[in-house]
Amino acid sequence: MTIQQPKIDTSPKVSDEIRRTTCYMCACRCGINVHMKDGKVAYIEGNRDHPVNKGVLCAKGSAGIMQVNAPSRLRKPLRRVGPRGSGEFREIEWDEAISTAVGWLNELHETAPHKLAFFTGRDQSQSFTSFWAQNFGTPNYAAHGGFCSVNMAAGGIYTMGGAFWEFGQPDWDHTKLFMLFGVAEDHDSNPIKMGIGKIKARGARVIGVNPIRSGYNAVADDWVGITPGTDGLFILSLIHVLMKAGRIDLDYLARYTNAPVLVNASDGPEKGLFLRDADGKPLVIDRVTGEPAAFDKPGVRPDLSATYDKDGVTHRPVFHLMAEKYLSDDHAPENVAERCGIPAQKIRAIAAEIARVAFDEAIELDQEWTDFRGEKHSKMTGRPVSFHAMRGISAHANGFQTCRALHVLQILLGTVEVPGGFRFKPPYPKPVEAHPTPHGDRRPGRPLEGPHLGFPRGPEDLLLDEDGTAQRIDKAFTWENPMSAHGLMHMVISNAAAGDPYKIDTLFMYMANMSWNSSMNTKGVTEMLSAKTEDGKYVIPHIIYSDAYSSEMVAYADLILPDTTYLERHDCISLLDRPICEADAAADAIRWPVVEPDRDVRGFQSVLIQLANRMSLPGFTNEDGTPKWKDYADYIVNHQRKPGIGPLAGFRGEDGSKEGRGEVNPDQLNRYIDNGGFYVAHIPEGADYYKPWNTAYQDWAVGMGLYDSPQPYLFQLYSEPMRKFQLAAEGHGDRQPPGHLRQRLKETMNPLPIWYESDQHGNEGFTVNALTQRPMAMYHSWGTQNAWLRQLHGRNPLYVPTKLMREHNLQDGDWAKVTSPHGEITVPVMEMAALNDNTVWTWNAIGKRKGAWALQEDAPEATKGFLLNHLIHELLPPKGDGMRWANSDPITGQAAWFDLKVKIEKTAAPSDAESQPEFAPIKSPVGTGPKDLAWKVGK
Amino acid sequence: MTQLPTSTDRKMGLVIDLDTCVGCHACVISCKGWNTENYGAPLSDQDAYGADPSGTFLNRVHSYEVLPTESPAQLIHFPKSCLHCEDAPCVTVCPTGASYKRVEDGIVLVNESDCIGCGLCAWSCPYGAREMDMAEGVMKKCTLCVDRIYNENLPEVDRVPSCVRTCPAGARHFGDLGDPESDVSKLVAERDGMDLMPEMGTKPVNKYLPPRPKDQIEDQIDILAPLLAPVAEEPKGFLGWLDKTLEKL
Amino acid sequence: MHPAPSVIIFTTLSGLGFGLLFFLGLGMPEVTGWVAFVFFLIAYVLAVGGLLASTFHLGHPERAWKAFTQWRSSWLSREGWCAVIALVLMGLFAIGSVFMGERWSLLGWLGALFSLATVFTTSMIYTQLKTIPRWNMKLTPAMFLSFSLAGGALMAGQTSVALPLLLIAALVQILYWRQGDKALASSGTDLGTATGLGQRGSVRAFEPPHTGTNYLLREFVHVVGRKHAEKLRIISFLLAFALPVLFIAIPLEGIALKHLLALLAVVSHLAGVAASRWLFFAQAEHVVGLYYGSDKE
Repeated sequence: MTIQQPKIDTSPKVSDEIRRTTCYMCACRCGINVHMKDGKVAYIEGNRDHPVNKGVLCAKGSAGIMQVNAPSRLRKPLRRVGPRGSGEFREIEWDEAISTAVGWLNELHETAPHKLAFFTGRDQSQSFTSFWAQNFGTPNYAAHGGFCSVNMAAGGIYTMGGAFWEFGQPDWDHTKLFMLFGVAEDHDSNPIKMGIGKIKARGARVIGVNPIRSGYNAVADDWVGITPGTDGLFILSLIHVLMKAGRIDLDYLARYTNAPVLVNASDGPEKGLFLRDADGKPLVIDRVTGEPAAFDKPGVRPDLSATYDKDGVTHRPVFHLMAEKYLSDDHAPENVAERCGIPAQKIRAIAAEIARVAFDEAIELDQEWTDFRGEKHSKMTGRPVSFHAMRGISAHANGFQTCRALHVLQILLGTVEVPGGFRFKPPYPKPVEAHPTPHGDRRPGRPLEGPHLGFPRGPEDLLLDEDGTAQRIDKAFTWENPMSAHGLMHMVISNAAAGDPYKIDTLFMYMANMSWNSSMNTKGVTEMLSAKTEDGKYVIPHIIYSDAYSSEMVAYADLILPDTTYLERHDCISLLDRPICEADAAADAIRWPVVEPDRDVRGFQSVLIQLANRMSLPGFTNEDGTPKWKDYADYIVNHQRKPGIGPLAGFRGEDGSKEGRGEVNPDQLNRYIDNGGFYVAHIPEGADYYKPWNTAYQDWAVGMGLYDSPQPYLFQLYSEPMRKFQLAAEGHGDRQPPGHLRQRLKETMNPLPIWYESDQHGNEGFTVNALTQRPMAMYHSWGTQNAWLRQLHGRNPLYVPTKLMREHNLQDGDWAKVTSPHGEITVPVMEMAALNDNTVWTWNAIGKRKGAWALQEDAPEATKGFLLNHLIHELLPPKGDGMRWANSDPITGQAAWFDLKVKIEKTAAPSDAESQPEFAPIKSPVGTGPKDLAWKVGK
Repeated sequence: MTQLPTSTDRKMGLVIDLDTCVGCHACVISCKGWNTENYGAPLSDQDAYGADPSGTFLNRVHSYEVLPTESPAQLIHFPKSCLHCEDAPCVTVCPTGASYKRVEDGIVLVNESDCIGCGLCAWSCPYGAREMDMAEGVMKKCTLCVDRIYNENLPEVDRVPSCVRTCPAGARHFGDLGDPESDVSKLVAERDGMDLMPEMGTKPVNKYLPPRPKDQIEDQIDILAPLLAPVAEEPKGFLGWLDKTLEKL
Repeated sequence: MHPAPSVIIFTTLSGLGFGLLFFLGLGMPEVTGWVAFVFFLIAYVLAVGGLLASTFHLGHPERAWKAFTQWRSSWLSREGWCAVIALVLMGLFAIGSVFMGERWSLLGWLGALFSLATVFTTSMIYTQLKTIPRWNMKLTPAMFLSFSLAGGALMAGQTSVALPLLLIAALVQILYWRQGDKALASSGTDLGTATGLGQRGSVRAFEPPHTGTNYLLREFVHVVGRKHAEKLRIISFLLAFALPVLFIAIPLEGIALKHLLALLAVVSHLAGVAASRWLFFAQAEHVVGLYYGSDKE
């Protein structure tokens, strides 16, 4: 018989219209096509033209439709009526909300601006929020970098003028060996997946260094299940082996790094500082003349080997110091193998493979270019080995030096900014000198003199008062953490609660779930937020919080300013901030309201402008007293940081024909919308590698407004600013550290990368490493309110390696008590074989507090899910020296989440079969979501 | 129609690269989004914000650990959806003819207006590719995005299943596996593409590319000469080597 | 497999009902008038009731008529046809017997044949599934048929036939359990073939695709404790076979007592078969479970 089959419509109409904007389901900032039907969001897919994701989209991005319609969305401004933490609010009108905030803030602005602590979490408008804070006059501003990945960012800037993610990426098209350190699934997620896919398609080797073989490490050809916190030790051992074998790029080192720069080698206040000429330029020995010369003198051939004596002082090139340090047997594989948990053979094999690919498989592109010394090169030589790392190696107390070590390894191989290696994304490369220093002055009624955050060059840039007290509430840029370039958001609440260094009046936060997964010591933080003085008043008198959703933090604020979702707002992803550039293009993007809010909510940035206008903040006010901007969209188009340079680089000039620099274009947002929500300015061919030294790139960057003049520089294998802090600790200079920090500064501020034990004081008896990572399909707590994503990760077990499962007689589904020096949790376990034998881990921020996120109180997130945060404290256990030392990197203050050590023991399931500790439910200000969903917008 | 066609003009299907899949679930949610809004009834969710959320998904990503005897344990992410079998048991068991395999491209579909929701097709499928939608009471399954791959309202480049279009790592490939000259067929030939549960005799069209061998660096690399032969044993010797080498540059 | 009440009721009752119809069609017993009416009523209540129960688990029972279209390939469709033909033929036969006192033997023979065919087609719905090795055995139709015949004979009061049939059914049951317990292991399917990764080392399921449940897990992955199953097997065996044999084999005088014991035998058998059917579903391992780590225990 003939088979008859139904006729189906294989060409149905897909949507009425596609609106192209930028995703905000995580920090990746992919381009999305929002398909609209009947004015509603019907389907979201990646935008093929977009520089970040080129059409692909992750699980979070595709689930955006469930986020935009999440029942957890806040609907109206709220004023607290119950005690803090209860979740009891009354809805108020925006007028009252703004007036209340202005009532608290205006007086502070005029009398004591530092009494406002303004901290933003997953903020993608930091150039704007910092501008607001700067004009308010408070020194107390930062985003969440301090508890995220400041070690990686600052380590990169201080070493080579940029790090990974927004700063740069592997040359995926040419690289032949890719080595990945630590958990990296949460930043730059789609580009890295795309990159891994590209090199996998070629069959190139991927090496994963991570105690946990999940995610990207699961596809690694070779897995190094390293002991957490020893990455630096492993990297320095690779450096040892490579240097010893002469498998380093001497030509590259001589030309582009400070390896040949002369360092004062005689004792005294100058020891370890660079020899400089009258213009302050570091000097090298020119191999042609044998004489010292400025590093950038045309024709100079820097010598890596020669020393120089002058006035009885010996000056040695940096490379001498490196040889001395890294050729030492301390770094031999055999001497680190046990601590790293990697056989010496394997360390050597990896070093050999790196050497083989970098030097025996070097590639050459037929592309002429001219360097900053005026020398013409006929080819671009590539060393096709590339690396990537993010929080995994950052979130340790030795993270800054480990990140430096990784950058130094790349530089020694000559694989930064070359074909097949690591490539910067504009506006990077950008050396420390091109970044501001931090500012912390407090002048009532007047703006801060400069940006809050910056990169200290030495003790003179610390934010300390005459008497040594910290100028900032988070004690950033003090001797405790001199190079805390992103601030220390994780210390704000505890310092404010303790009144140390001073009391504050108003805590103002945005998109930061500080009373839950974004704090160490969660319970302690909730107590601090609701702590009262003896007279019954809150220790932190006012808390203002803005969020789009009913997060755990909402319950702890006095005033809630409800934000919009990402499809209902204007945003700009700006070159002034954290842009979306690619290695061969500068790019920025916008968000715009592809749907109008169906609630009484306002975009937070527009609310900040309304607040600024009510207070007539300088910077926001014209000379005649009228406001400069009415809302954020107005600001995005019309604000100019410098003449001709604004938040968006594309479609500038009156007719929209200029890029980078140009007059304000009133039609700029429409042009962006027509262009898919973004703008791309391609780097000309020949300017796209060797960027820090390539005159073609430097000229292009000046034209784009990235710099005001060419900024060629040398990679800083040896960090002179660190040496300056070390010199101070040795007793030199006017500004001296307090006695108790002197020894630590001497040890940790080593100008060449070192490794030191990050195992914390107080860990005796706690021998198992405990880690967290964020699942690729979830972004912190945001994913839980999403009906689709929460089905993927609705609860989190503690993953325990087979060896520990057997030792503790555990089986899947059993419960374990996990204890740290700080706390205790009781949680379900699951066996994992592909895991370091002495490490346990779990997914981050799946656990939820009952009543939050519009979930029902018996949701698995609230009953089975848990946070490891309860085991981590922002301070280390007392040492008996009368002080409490921070649980953070002593250089940058980065929260040392991953230094956590625990012990586990089998235990009976809790009587209610719920993970412990349990918290009292908070009252949901938005109720709970509907029972069932069948979400179809079209008919 | 419940009868299988003796042959199909083409064998459209997916090739899934287990060497590349990082387990991100992008395909899972993209599929959910497209197929909720398109072909047939929406993919519903029950107890969406409650204690026991459960919904219809046409594609799910499992994960398995492989424990070789000589090397460390491996983790393999494993996406799974309908394999559009040539000898699809789900089609022949269907009492109403709602389940059928298309003659032109081999796609196995459910005609929802004929489906009585008896579930027998899901029982007959060894792969768990079919899920009953609890709100609609009809059987849902991967359509290979039959409403995308020929859709003239989409740009040609987008006429692929939504899971393939969205996959960030490029671990999913779509094409005609009946044509030995197609890219997917060549990929399968090159990488020893395999069937799941071949003993079931279902002859799946979708193929899986096995993970490449792992953890062999110590066997492959000679850690001494020539790659890592020391230039000198002592730092002094190293500086001598440095001088000599710099001369040659 | 999920032991859904609808399918347990369906297979138990309709098996018994068609078994009774089979014997009525053969003229065992040869009844007419009111006695015939009662016999046919019981048979139809069981057969049709079972069939109706089977529609309870349908997502769209209103479309059930479409199930008649695919008799060429679908055992479920064939079952529908056989059931309808059997019920129509036996219905005509019943009209003759009850109202006209006529016994149209040919009709009866044909009706009996289709009644048995209905039970066979039902069993083939399960037997055909390679995905459930415990069902994918010749013993499955043997079990359905022997149960149906034994039950039918019991209900038809054909003691002399019922005794050997019950013994045969009991034997088939034991064989079915013995072979079924080995079926998955000997099927050649395991997580290694399911994932294609078996050559590389042992394979274990790690994280499930979703942390919550889904249709597949609810439908296909049902775990019965081994001890619990053993106990239930004994109870089921006693009720389905041992007690009925005992009840009908006891030599007793008195028609009332005999009828009472026959009734007890039928009820016991019914309960036992229902328990056996519960186990038939609950113990059946669908290979999809492997993907979800069901081999981990």
